[in-house]
Amino acid sequence: MISRREFLQASAAASAIAAASGLGPLGRAAAQQKLSQADILRFDPLGSLTIVHVTDIHAQLVPLYFREPEINLGVGDDRGRPPHLTGQQFRDYFKIASGSADDYALTYSDFQSLAKNYGRMGGMDRIATVIESIRAERGVNNVLLLDGGDTWQGSWTALKTNGQDMVDVMSALKVDAMTSHWEFTLGAERVKEIADKAPFAFLAQNIRSAEWQEPVFKARQTYERGGAKVAVIGQAFPRTPVSNPRWMIPDWEFGIREAELAKEVETARSEGADVVVLLSHNGFDVDRKLASRVKGIDVILTAHTHDAMPGVLRVGDSILIATGSHGKFVSRLDLDIRDKKVAGFRYKLIPIFSDAIKPDAAMQAMVKKIRAPFEKELGRELGRTESLLYRRGNFNGTYDDLICNAMLKERDAEISLSPGFRWGGTLLPGDPITFESLSNATAMSYPACYRMEMSGRQIAEILEDVADNIFHPDPYFQGGGDMVRVGGMGYSIDVSKPMNSRITGMALLKTGQPIDPARNYVVAGWASVNENVLGPPVWEVVSKHLADVKTVKLEPNTSVKVSGA
Amino acid sequence: MSQTANSRRDFLKTGSIAVLASILAPHMVLAEEADVKAALDKLYSGKTMAAGKIKLDLPQIAENGLVVPVGIDVESPMTDADYVKAVHIFADGNPLPNVISYRFTPDCGKASASARMRLAKTQNILAVAEMSNGQLFTAKQEVKVTIGGCGG
Amino acid sequence: MADEKKPVPRVRVPANAKAGELIEIKTLISHVMESGQRRDAAGAVIPRRIINKFTAAFNGKTVFEADWYASISANPYQSFFYKAKESGEFVFTWKDDDGSTYETKNKLTVG
Repeated sequence: MISRREFLQASAAASAIAAASGLGPLGRAAAQQKLSQADILRFDPLGSLTIVHVTDIHAQLVPLYFREPEINLGVGDDRGRPPHLTGQQFRDYFKIASGSADDYALTYSDFQSLAKNYGRMGGMDRIATVIESIRAERGVNNVLLLDGGDTWQGSWTALKTNGQDMVDVMSALKVDAMTSHWEFTLGAERVKEIADKAPFAFLAQNIRSAEWQEPVFKARQTYERGGAKVAVIGQAFPRTPVSNPRWMIPDWEFGIREAELAKEVETARSEGADVVVLLSHNGFDVDRKLASRVKGIDVILTAHTHDAMPGVLRVGDSILIATGSHGKFVSRLDLDIRDKKVAGFRYKLIPIFSDAIKPDAAMQAMVKKIRAPFEKELGRELGRTESLLYRRGNFNGTYDDLICNAMLKERDAEISLSPGFRWGGTLLPGDPITFESLSNATAMSYPACYRMEMSGRQIAEILEDVADNIFHPDPYFQGGGDMVRVGGMGYSIDVSKPMNSRITGMALLKTGQPIDPARNYVVAGWASVNENVLGPPVWEVVSKHLADVKTVKLEPNTSVKVSGA
Repeated sequence: MSQTANSRRDFLKTGSIAVLASILAPHMVLAEEADVKAALDKLYSGKTMAAGKIKLDLPQIAENGLVVPVGIDVESPMTDADYVKAVHIFADGNPLPNVISYRFTPDCGKASASARMRLAKTQNILAVAEMSNGQLFTAKQEVKVTIGGCGG
Repeated sequence: MADEKKPVPRVRVPANAKAGELIEIKTLISHVMESGQRRDAAGAVIPRRIINKFTAAFNGKTVFEADWYASISANPYQSFFYKAKESGEFVFTWKDDDGSTYETKNKLTVG
């Protein structure tokens, strides 16, 4: 038997992508009234087991705008392959109509006007509605709810409660298991404290104690759901001690640990698992490579790189799904298990349109209660924007331009550096810039805005190092962030070149003069991974800047010239 | 820390941030690159080495240049008649080439060991296994030492 | 300074094994492992002081040896394997550049 969606997948054999979007093309005029909860949730069930995946929520309790990237380059084998498609290429590949709800949710195109039509996305109360509806339809004992991590960081409330707000919310959602990355920036002790007490399993096969090389967390948990034994293996972000402050987790070592993972899969099978699921925070390209090397994984729930794909990707016998970020999507994967094997599957990336999905009352009340002590602070208006403010994309986003400009001015620097984080929401022209919006782009536990001298050579080394972290042709050497954002300086980058030869033409924007490797420049930046970094939190720097300028209007940033893509 | 760095123009002094210090493991001074070939010649001059039998267990990216796990595993029955006698590990980007030399006996049952080393920068690690019959096998792998940060 | 303290060895080795069983032995010793490649604030080379040899013997017979060089990390870790045959005692020895040796013993019961 071949279902329609499986057929679509077969017809896209070259890429092995199944276009399985839920909404289908909608005319823009009909947009809002056609967006009904029933349509969004409609699913032709299959088998008896449903896996529900959420990931990279970044502590977004309430709906927000989040613009998907305009530039999302793949390198090496991943060049031009999903998820490294944007705009028209993305629409063509997944057969999405321009201006449709799917187009709004999944691409950057025409974001400003589509955002007005389709509204904000996400919100934990809407996510709760979707999850409860799936549980009601399938039966509680047939649904497994898995969280890919980057859950306890990304908002002011998460920062101020040390992640407790999200732990409470995810516990109330009855998450079965999670893995992690930004969670570790709460520090080893706090993560252990939560993991030990939480009603869900905190899984990470790839973390060892530095001293004796012993597992720090449980690697795997087996669940009986839908009449099947489902083994879930957790894979925390392998580069955490490189990408984030190692001093916060000094006794732990990470890494991909492919051989150990293969052993976990083998053990799970030998202990009778019908289905093996990797709950991964590797990043999509790493998981694609891993799927070709580690056999026996039925489903890889990808995370970290914030990709959202309205269809699955198959690598060998493994099914890869990409659920996006910030609570914009929930993935539903129905599996038909026969003779201890996945005999069939059906998938839908469920878009969480906040205007169409009715909030779950209990979760709505919980979110309100969590936010109440911070409500006044969060709502404080710092300024207004006349430009679209967004972050996501391989190079400078406008929200980063704002942060970089604020650092240049407020710290009297010649050059500013802002990390290429993939989290942080979007503001539309005319929107107030609230403290909540700013904290969604900056709230984390090492926010100090430093000011120091660096030589031109050192700045070049930083750009080359970060570029190699994104554009190394072997995904196992990639870190999954975007390029470091730069203020006050322009450069050219050839992403196809090897390390130390990608960056050319570095110049100070103010004077047009080339950056002199031997000269020292005053540099301001934030989110250094080093210990004892001094400086005000970056949100204070940006708040001060906004109090000064009041209205933000940004010219298109043309200071980074990209080639080799 | 004597400074607050809260005013607009306060400078962060060296040592308190060291954004760049982590490019180079601070325990190492910059010296001439190690001469691995000379070190190898000292041990096995003129002998042929084949790829295979020995596997290196190294991270692709060092999490801490001061403490990089290095493991080796050599395929061998480890009997009195056929065993791994020695394994030598070299690093070509450190000031000195030698990292470690193991001597195994059949009593080990398995020619596998692991230790921790310092790496001054991105470089190649080379391992050579000497079998009881005199045959030599090698493996090589690059380890990247990075500034880090900016992940998201 | 850590290097003023006497190095303390620690070993993880199973107390019991079956005959023919392969056991993993993990060892650690606190030591600064001064590489001889660093300079002090005045620019003078800080002299090398490392543990240069680790030896494992069982019932008086050397079973495994490691020569450590300047690239070995501080507080050196060493793991290796041993195939259990009979009951007896491991003696683990670390040899310092300054001539000192540090030793620890562990009993293994095979049966």
